[in-house]
Amino acid sequence: MSEGKGVWVFSENADLTLEMLGKGREIADKVGAELAAVVIGSNAADWANELVKYGADKVYLVDNAMFGRFQAEAYLSVLHNLVVNYKPETVLIGSTKNGKPLAARLATRLEVGCVPDCSRLGVDEKGRLVGERITYGGNAVAKLTFKTKPQIVTVPSRAFEKPQPKKRSGQVVKLDLKAEQAKTEVVETKPLETSSVRIEEAEAIVSCGRGLEKKEDRVLLDELAAVLCGQVGCSRPLAEDRKWFSEWVGLSGHKVKPKLYIACGISGVIQHVAGIRDAKVVVAINKDEQAPIFEVADYGVVGNLYEILPALKEALKKQLQ
Amino acid sequence: MKRIIVCLKQAVDVTQLKVDPATRQLITASAPRKMSDFDKNALEEAVRLKEKNAGVEVVTVTVASEEAKTVLREALAMGADKAYVVNDAGLKDVDTLGTAHVLAEAIKKAGEFDLVLCGESSLDSFSGLVGSRVGELLSLPQVTSARKLSVEGDAVVGERTLEDSIETVKAKLPALVTVTREINQPRIPSLMMIMKASKKEIVTWTLADLAVDKAKLASKIEVVEVLAPKTERKRIRITGESVAEIADKLAKALIQEGVVKR
Repeated sequence: MSEGKGVWVFSENADLTLEMLGKGREIADKVGAELAAVVIGSNAADWANELVKYGADKVYLVDNAMFGRFQAEAYLSVLHNLVVNYKPETVLIGSTKNGKPLAARLATRLEVGCVPDCSRLGVDEKGRLVGERITYGGNAVAKLTFKTKPQIVTVPSRAFEKPQPKKRSGQVVKLDLKAEQAKTEVVETKPLETSSVRIEEAEAIVSCGRGLEKKEDRVLLDELAAVLCGQVGCSRPLAEDRKWFSEWVGLSGHKVKPKLYIACGISGVIQHVAGIRDAKVVVAINKDEQAPIFEVADYGVVGNLYEILPALKEALKKQLQ
Repeated sequence: MKRIIVCLKQAVDVTQLKVDPATRQLITASAPRKMSDFDKNALEEAVRLKEKNAGVEVVTVTVASEEAKTVLREALAMGADKAYVVNDAGLKDVDTLGTAHVLAEAIKKAGEFDLVLCGESSLDSFSGLVGSRVGELLSLPQVTSARKLSVEGDAVVGERTLEDSIETVKAKLPALVTVTREINQPRIPSLMMIMKASKKEIVTWTLADLAVDKAKLASKIEVVEVLAPKTERKRIRITGESVAEIADKLAKALIQEGVVKR
């Protein structure tokens, strides 16, 4: 059994697993450790082999029909068993709705610390693993490290780049592990109606806030978004209070990283701003020249979005020809 | 079902938090405190379950290193029957695991229960770990991020929104459920409720009152820094004689930035 400095990644989400392998490779190389992925699933051997191409030196494969879909207690007991046996130093877990409680429970079972939702992660000059997370409602960024091992980190979707697959060699270790009795039962699953493209993946986002007067007026945003090959988003009040949208951009909603974010009629409360921290260029359009959004924008236009948006659409069309 | 426990955090009101511009440090000591939003949803849900099921008692448990009476009074006014608070200066630097240990011990001491409700996350630190940690320490089945909740016989049924699906999960009581903000709109207590609440009991404990292993409260996390984010935006105002001129200038700037696809 190998003990030491291993860096592990686990997520029930395929994309997130690959993204974490990219980041995990970087950390493992820096501390001179082996990178391993844990795969818990059913008929997952092909997937396990695939992960080697994305950087895994080793893949622990727990393949059983009973793991066909995520089950909290089963996955937790398998992961706990593996960590206790193989003693990785660092475990990255995908911060999904299922993954985060899994990480919290694993860390509790092991009596260790957990740093959740790291939007940035790296090894500092002292060799410490440091995770960065937004806290205090977007008012601060906390840099945190660990006093105990294994170090458990959760990683949100799209925080890190998916690596390019390469031809490389690695080892798939097949393990036959029993899971503990399930205490919860999924009685129904229905697909979620969301837009076909996820907003986290949009390269351009035209987003509106309270400045939008009527729900139908979003057509102005749709038209500009179409020219930009982007998507439409909104701030929390439009989704939570007015129910015009089902999802929103912000700390409690989607954290996005487009090349271009156009905030229209959005005042710019700190929770919203925290959600667009990783946008490359931010444009603010607002009637109120005192709106805080201008402080965190690259380009600001004081004006009426009902006039600016159609004009911007025309100007872009003309200049892009 | 007889007893519901709600874990309540007294959080820093992040909307009123000030930052020292010179050091980028947060001025948290003097910042106002309030009941963490998500926890308020958990409490509201507990009170609604109590209204639907006669004979149910709602009890709140809070862990703090400072006075939390205002939050507890509000909880009692919203409909909780009794509030427990563990207030101890020794809790100042506990992390999520330490907090969970204290909550779990306080819940055990508070007596039998059928359901533990927590907010999915807290308003200030926003780590979203404590609920699941408490559930794990108490060996309870968990339904996390519930946006709908009902009690059916000896089980709790919660609806949760995952990344690509909506899932309905059932867990046998006793269980722990964490709730999202979509689950309900918390009530604003009437003057009558506030007055009635002043007669309800707040029980204050210190760490010495609980069977907590002090060694387990040592923080497992080291804070390297907590600073306001740097704004590295250009803050260029685009002005012009007409809307068309402004739009032209903005379009040009965006194309030059290389953020618009040709």
